[in-house]
Amino acid sequence: MLREMNTEGDSCAGVCGLPGGAINRRSFLKCAVASGGALGVGEFAHAATGMPAATTQQPDDARFVVEAKFYEKAANLKIKCKLCPRGCVVGDKERGYCGVRENSGGKYYTLVHSRVCAAHVDPVEKKPLFHYLPGSLAFSLATAGCNVNCKFCQNWDISQSRPEQLPAEYIPPQRVAELARHYDCPTIAYTYSEPVVFSEFLMDAADAGHAAGVRSIVVSNGYMQEEALRQAYGKMDAVKIDLKSFSESYYRDVVTGQLKQVLESLVTLRKMGKWLEIVYLVVPTLNDGDAEFTGLARWVKANLGVDVPLHFTQFHPQYLLKNLPITPVATLERAKAIADGEGLHYVYIGNVPGHPAQNTYCPQCKKLLVERVGFSESKMLIEKNACPICKHPIPGIWHV
Amino acid sequence: MNRTHTASRRDFLKGALTGAAALGACAGVQLAAAESGEALASSRVVVARDAQLRGSGSAVDSGRMLALLDRAMQAAFNRDRELEAWKQIVRPGEVVGLKVNALGGRGISTDRELVEAICERLQQAGIMAADIVVWDRSTDELERVGFQIAMGGNRVQCFGTDQVDYEQELSAWGSVGSRVSKILTQRTNVLINLPVLKDHDGAGVTLGLKNMYGAIHNPNKYHPNGCNPYIADLNMLPEIKTRLRLTICDATTAMYEGGPAYKPEHCWQMNGLLISQDPVALDTVGWQIIERKRAEHGLKTLEADGRAPAYLATAADKDHRLGNCDPKKITTVEI
Repeated sequence: MLREMNTEGDSCAGVCGLPGGAINRRSFLKCAVASGGALGVGEFAHAATGMPAATTQQPDDARFVVEAKFYEKAANLKIKCKLCPRGCVVGDKERGYCGVRENSGGKYYTLVHSRVCAAHVDPVEKKPLFHYLPGSLAFSLATAGCNVNCKFCQNWDISQSRPEQLPAEYIPPQRVAELARHYDCPTIAYTYSEPVVFSEFLMDAADAGHAAGVRSIVVSNGYMQEEALRQAYGKMDAVKIDLKSFSESYYRDVVTGQLKQVLESLVTLRKMGKWLEIVYLVVPTLNDGDAEFTGLARWVKANLGVDVPLHFTQFHPQYLLKNLPITPVATLERAKAIADGEGLHYVYIGNVPGHPAQNTYCPQCKKLLVERVGFSESKMLIEKNACPICKHPIPGIWHV
Repeated sequence: MNRTHTASRRDFLKGALTGAAALGACAGVQLAAAESGEALASSRVVVARDAQLRGSGSAVDSGRMLALLDRAMQAAFNRDRELEAWKQIVRPGEVVGLKVNALGGRGISTDRELVEAICERLQQAGIMAADIVVWDRSTDELERVGFQIAMGGNRVQCFGTDQVDYEQELSAWGSVGSRVSKILTQRTNVLINLPVLKDHDGAGVTLGLKNMYGAIHNPNKYHPNGCNPYIADLNMLPEIKTRLRLTICDATTAMYEGGPAYKPEHCWQMNGLLISQDPVALDTVGWQIIERKRAEHGLKTLEADGRAPAYLATAADKDHRLGNCDPKKITTVEI
C-alpha cells in the first residue's frame, strides 16, 4: 500500500493506495473495493513496487489543461487571479502560489482539470461530516496543489507539489460520477489537498454527479474570494471548512493565509444555505488557549448559529511541525467544554477513537442519537430530522 | 573525444562513448569546504564584456566566448592563466553541476556557447566529462533551448530533475520546506551557478540566488513578498550552500523589464559575463546594471516600481551571511 489514510481533521486526509500491491492502469478502478479500501492509480504501482517515481510530464498532459475561471487579464501579458484572496499577479510563463495554475501568453490555465492524483472510497465521517448521510461512502479525490502552506499538513507531498511531479490519472467529470455510482457512493468528495485550486474540475464533476444522481461535498480551507466561492461551492451539497485557528497571527505564520477571509467565507456559505461543518485542528502551544477557544465559540454562535457542528481534532506531528507533541485529549476536552459552555449544540472531538464526544446527542433531552465507532456510525436513531424522544429538530442531511 | 583534457567545444555533448560512467557514484566524495559561516570582508565581482562577441552576426561566437570566459576567470581569481583560476574552483575527482536557466526559452536562457566553454575548461582542469552535469528543472526546457540531452556514457551529462526526481525528505531553512533536486544532492558535489541577467516582476531581478528556485520542487511557495526572505532562505539550505563555488552570470543577452519570461522588446545584447564567488555581491552588481539600462530607457527604478530586490539585504544580514550587498564592500572589476 502506498500510504495509509491519514486521520480526520485537516483538509488533507489521505491518498490512494492499493492493499496488496500494484495494479496496472487498465485495471484501475475496475476492482471492487470494500468500504474504507483504497483505489490504485496505474502509476502509483511504481512506488508500490519500488520503481523510481516518474515525474516526467507525459505527452498527453495537454488534456489536463483548461482555461481557468476566476482571473482577469492585466498589462504586459500578466493576469490577476481572482480565485483566492492571495490574488496572485502572475507573469507570462509563471504560476500562481498554488503551483497548479499557469499563465501562458496572458491567459491563465488550470493544469489539473481531471488530473486525479489521489482517489479513495471513504466513510463520509472521515471528512469529517457528522450530520451528512451518516454511514454513507464518499468517492473522494484530489489533484495536486494548495493555496496555503500549513506547517502541519498531513498530505504535503501532494498539496505542496506541482502536478507534473505526481503520478496522476485522467478521470474526467463524467467518469468521476460513474465511479461514484459504481462504488455505491451517494457522494463525491473533493478533499485531501485543497479543492480551492481545482475549482474548475470540482464544478464540472459536481454537475456530472448531479446529473447522475450523485451529490458533492468539499473539504476545504475556505480561503477563497467570495465570487469564486459562490460559484464553485454553490454546486456543493455540503461543505466542511478547516478553520485552522482563531488568530490572524497563526494564519500568517503557520498557515500562510488570512483568518478574516476564511471567516467571511463561513458566513457566505451559511447565507447560501449550505450544510456546513467546521473542523479546528488543535495544535499544542500554537492555537490551544482558552481565550482562542472562547473567541471561536462566540464567533460561531453569533455568526453561524449554535447548530453548526464544530469538531476539535487532534494534531499529529507532520511536515514542518514535527517538534510538537500529539494534542492531549484533555486539551480537546477543554476546548469542547468551553464551546459547550458558550452554547454550541454540536461540539465533537475528533481523531480520538472511542471518545464519547464522537457521538451526536440531542441538545434538548441529551439522548444519544448517533453512535460512531471509528469512522462509521453504529447506531442512528434520528427520525425525520428530529430526536425520536423529544422531537427536537436535529439539523443536518440525515437521509439519502 | 579525450575525456580528460582536450575535448573541443564542438565535441561537447556529442557522441556516446563507451565505458562506465561514474555518474551517481559521488555520494562518498568529500566536499571542499565552501561554507565559511561568515560573510567576506570584501567581495570581488568581475564584469567582462566583448563588443565583438557575436562577430558580424547575431549568434555568439564560440571562440570569442571562450576568450571572454578566460579573461573573466583570470580577473576574478587574479591569475595569469585561466586554468590556474579554474583549479581554484574544482579538483579532479569532483562531480560538477552546472545549474543553467532554461526557463526563458531560446530567447533568454543560459547561452549554450558559454556552457560549452565552461565544460571545456573544467575538463582541462581535470574534471572528467561524465563528471559534469548540465542541469535545470526540466529536460524538455533544456532541450528546447538547444542543449543535447545526455544521460550515461563518458560524455558531459545533461538532463533535468524530472529524470531523477527530488529528494523525498524535506529540507527547510526559515518558514518554507522543500524537496531538493537529486541532481544537486546525489549526482554532484560542486555547484557552479549559471543564471541569466534578467528583470523579475516579483523579486526585481533574477540572477544567481534566485536561480536556485530551479533546484526545488515548490518554487511557487517562494514568491510572496517579492521573494523575500525566501530567496535568501533557500540559499541557506546546506545542499546548496555547501556546494556553491562560483556564479557565472550570462549577460550575453540580458533583460531590463518584463521578466522573467522572454520579452524581446526589453532585451539588449550586453555581450558580457559577471563572475563572482560571492552570490550576493554578484546579484547586487547585476541589479545596478539593470537599473542603468532601465534609466537609459526612461523606466522607473525598481524601487520606484515597488520591486527593489529586498532579498539582497536579507541574504547579507546576520542571519544569512551569504555575501555582501553593501557597495562599499564590493570591488567591481570591469574588463
